[in-house]
Amino acid sequence: MSVATTDTAISTAKATRVLIYLVLLLFALFYLLPFVIMVLNSLKPLDEIRGGKMMALPETWTIQPWLSAWSTAQIGVEPTGLKPYFLNSIKMVVPAVTISTILGALNGYVLTKWSFKGSTILFGLMLFACFIPFQIVLIPMAKMLGLLGMAGSTNGLVMVHVVYGLGFTTLYFRNYYQVFPTELIRAAQIDGAGFFRIFWRILLPSSGPIIVVSVIWQFTNIWNDFLFGASFADLDSQPMTVALNNLVSSSTGIKEYNVHFAGAIIAALPTLLVYIVAGRYFVRGLMAGSVKG
Amino acid sequence: MRKLTTLTTAALVASASMASAQEVEVLHWWTSGGEAAALNVLKQDLEGKGIGWADMPVAGGGGSDAMTVLRARVTAGNPPTAVQMLGFDILDWAEEGALADLNAAAEAEGWDAVVPEALGAFAKFDGKWISAPVNVHSTNWVWANKRVLDELGIAQPTTWDEFVAAMQAVEDAGLVALAHGGQAWQEATVFDGVAMSAGGADFYQAAFIDLDPAALSSAEMTKTFARMETLRGFVDDNFSGRDWNLASAMVINGEAAFQIMGDWAKGEFLNAGQVPGEDFLCFRVPGSAGTVTFNSDQFAMFGGDGSNADAQSELAISIMSPSFQSAFNVVKGSVPARTDVSDADFDACGKQAMAEFASAAASGNLYGSMAHGHANRASVKNAMYDVITAHFNGEYDAQTAVEEIVDAVAIAQ
Amino acid sequence: MAQEYARADLKTRLQIIIPKLVISPSLALILVFVYGFIIFTFYLSFTDSRMLPSYGWVGFENYDKLFHLRHWSIAVKNLALFSVLYISICTVIGLWLAIFLDQKIRGEGALRPIYLYPMALSFIVTGTAWKWFLDPGIGLEATMHLWGWESFTFNWIKDRNYAIYTIVLAAVWQTSGFVMAMFLAGLRGIDNEILKAAQMDGASNFQLYRRIIIPQLRPAFLSAFVILSHLAIKSYDLIIALTGGGPGRATEVPATFMYSYTFTRNQMGIGASSAVIMLMTIAAIMIPYLYAELREKK
Repeated sequence: MSVATTDTAISTAKATRVLIYLVLLLFALFYLLPFVIMVLNSLKPLDEIRGGKMMALPETWTIQPWLSAWSTAQIGVEPTGLKPYFLNSIKMVVPAVTISTILGALNGYVLTKWSFKGSTILFGLMLFACFIPFQIVLIPMAKMLGLLGMAGSTNGLVMVHVVYGLGFTTLYFRNYYQVFPTELIRAAQIDGAGFFRIFWRILLPSSGPIIVVSVIWQFTNIWNDFLFGASFADLDSQPMTVALNNLVSSSTGIKEYNVHFAGAIIAALPTLLVYIVAGRYFVRGLMAGSVKG
Repeated sequence: MRKLTTLTTAALVASASMASAQEVEVLHWWTSGGEAAALNVLKQDLEGKGIGWADMPVAGGGGSDAMTVLRARVTAGNPPTAVQMLGFDILDWAEEGALADLNAAAEAEGWDAVVPEALGAFAKFDGKWISAPVNVHSTNWVWANKRVLDELGIAQPTTWDEFVAAMQAVEDAGLVALAHGGQAWQEATVFDGVAMSAGGADFYQAAFIDLDPAALSSAEMTKTFARMETLRGFVDDNFSGRDWNLASAMVINGEAAFQIMGDWAKGEFLNAGQVPGEDFLCFRVPGSAGTVTFNSDQFAMFGGDGSNADAQSELAISIMSPSFQSAFNVVKGSVPARTDVSDADFDACGKQAMAEFASAAASGNLYGSMAHGHANRASVKNAMYDVITAHFNGEYDAQTAVEEIVDAVAIAQ
Repeated sequence: MAQEYARADLKTRLQIIIPKLVISPSLALILVFVYGFIIFTFYLSFTDSRMLPSYGWVGFENYDKLFHLRHWSIAVKNLALFSVLYISICTVIGLWLAIFLDQKIRGEGALRPIYLYPMALSFIVTGTAWKWFLDPGIGLEATMHLWGWESFTFNWIKDRNYAIYTIVLAAVWQTSGFVMAMFLAGLRGIDNEILKAAQMDGASNFQLYRRIIIPQLRPAFLSAFVILSHLAIKSYDLIIALTGGGPGRATEVPATFMYSYTFTRNQMGIGASSAVIMLMTIAAIMIPYLYAELREKK
């Protein structure tokens, strides 16, 4: 098995390289534009926003919208801003990501290194489950949560997100472990290692990159989820997406767009942070076999 | 200093909670501005009675997200205590047996005497009170920028033809005649007033409330759609998808002359510091004077296991109290649900609205708004939305629209 | 001796059972919460459910009504148009950007997160920004006018016939960076020795890409297709944030249709039937793919 390098054997002429840089920069601009608009407009006072010059730099720079979005904006009856809901989101996301990743890893391990009759069908079943639109499960899930006594709690939300993230995490880990050399496993088995020891000692240490992929994917999806968070949480467990939606989607009153943008960016900070910090491992994780099906 | 206040607050809270550990969980979508502030008044009122307020706001879609959340909560077996709801939705839930009986409070406080029958029809099911109406909006209003009209020498129109002529004059002067936001519910709101003006009260009752196919395919319906086409010619090119408050802003700023919208629009004008009669005019859609197409936000009390019945009663009583009705509706732009509230604190348009509401109730001209779920069920309402908005956006002509609306209503039932 | 055999037997037996035990919780969860719910929805589509599930049997009436709804045909057409454009444009852009980035570019470390970050944002976050940008009154068109380019028009979002393309635009913006990452990973996994050998045989860059590299990216293409189609089908937040399904009903897709009929319009029976159709379409596309993909492993 040859080691994948980051250097391609292709070489390009200078003129082509100029073109390449140009295209890449243009696309960078395309991707950055909406975010730049949001940042710029979140630093303007409200009159400037009403003035309508969306792309202009602020004439007066102010961080008031940010302070307001964090702690004083009206979310329902209470002027609390997004702060209280942040913790709720974290309390929900961390367990959900952790559990679904662990389960996905174990599942991937079983499906590739301990496959049995029917394990392919099983994998197919789990994969197809990725496609179910969430609106379909809303009512029956509500009933189940009620029966299990988990309605309106963080635990209920965690369970829901684990269930619907399992398909993806299993997919990622299964593809990753697929190309993991089986000889190492056999050798360990001969040495007397059992199921869990092999997993713990051999597979897990080299799973860094795919854990990153799985965590990034799950974190993003769960953090940004609105439907489940709104329907299955009550006062103490409402995640931040619901609060953000309340801030941004109010149907009456003055629309303080600058506060909306500030709030939206605050809400996105954790996911952005995860992408920036773990991003470089993201490609590496996809590279080490998960893409090769 | 801060420590002292914290201690005092703690003591107060402790004593309040010792008095009664009751709490109401309220699901609503009044998440900003004046309404949130007004709701806060209710919250404090309840806290004075020793009842805690657990706020459960879900904005979005004018309440549609909140209604989805409600379904999930009810299915899961932990419904909120009180839910903001409109019209037929309340009756739908009552049919499911999900709502609590408020008759004890209703009789004690004498609500039957002060709440008009047409409104009470949505607050009662099977003879039992199940929700407390907070306000009454009506939809057949026109809001006009007085300065623009004065400058162009236009008088407040009293008939449909005058209205069209006035809009023509505004357009000729280079301004936008009708400020409109292209969303299905806004087109339907306009449709309420236009239908009433084109066909009259009997037509409205037959077509939208009784869903009589003859009325739905009548000449008056064709006339209504034709009038919508006229209005379509008077809106600006950018109307599609515009939020209703931005359309109001156009009138406030003098970019446009008229907006046909429910009286929640009044709040925008007041917030901009305008005075009714001086800066802006409010009048009924020409041809619909004397009738009121209304919709009412109510707090429906969910039965659950009856453990919260006392708190719900207290909440309903607080909502129906004349002082709260006055305080809330002054802010919201609507009129109180009870006819015995003094109009002293209301502005000129509010006073006019209250008077018209009372006289319409007395003369039997109070009709539930189709656009806001008070004339027919959600499925029919939305089916009508489809046709109204498709027609307004030019997908077919008035004649086809009439055929479509008959079909749509049939499928939706 | 016999005891040792017995112990070995137990151990091997355990080693066979344990994996199945480990995977069974996940399997159970999926069976109940995914397939159980799908069966429930399937059943609901034959009932008279309105606001809440009800169990009166009405046969195929809901499907009959569904296929008579103009609204539904618009939604289906939109999804077809949207999916084809979205998946193909994302794949093309993703592939090109990946090929370019693979050319030993300086500053790749800075560019990559810029391309990837849109995926991190939810549409409640970026919906307003995009709505502004696309609005002729305050967005790109207005800004162009301000900068002197008077005749520039960009009012697609307000136009019944073009609004769907703005949705494609925003969707491509959100996901093409992720697709690029997938292709980049695939490119980096290609064995350089093969390329060098072909170069020695006199192959041009273009031929290298066409004959060797792109075919080797087949797994990446398939994975991208799975991810993109799943996102296309589930696209709900994006459309609600940008156009709310409008102008009129011009940008409705089955996901928004299903939501609105089930929850807003109190016609859960019709909503369920639309969901079943959606699922059947997904199955029709995914099952052949899964079969091909998983069969190869043997």
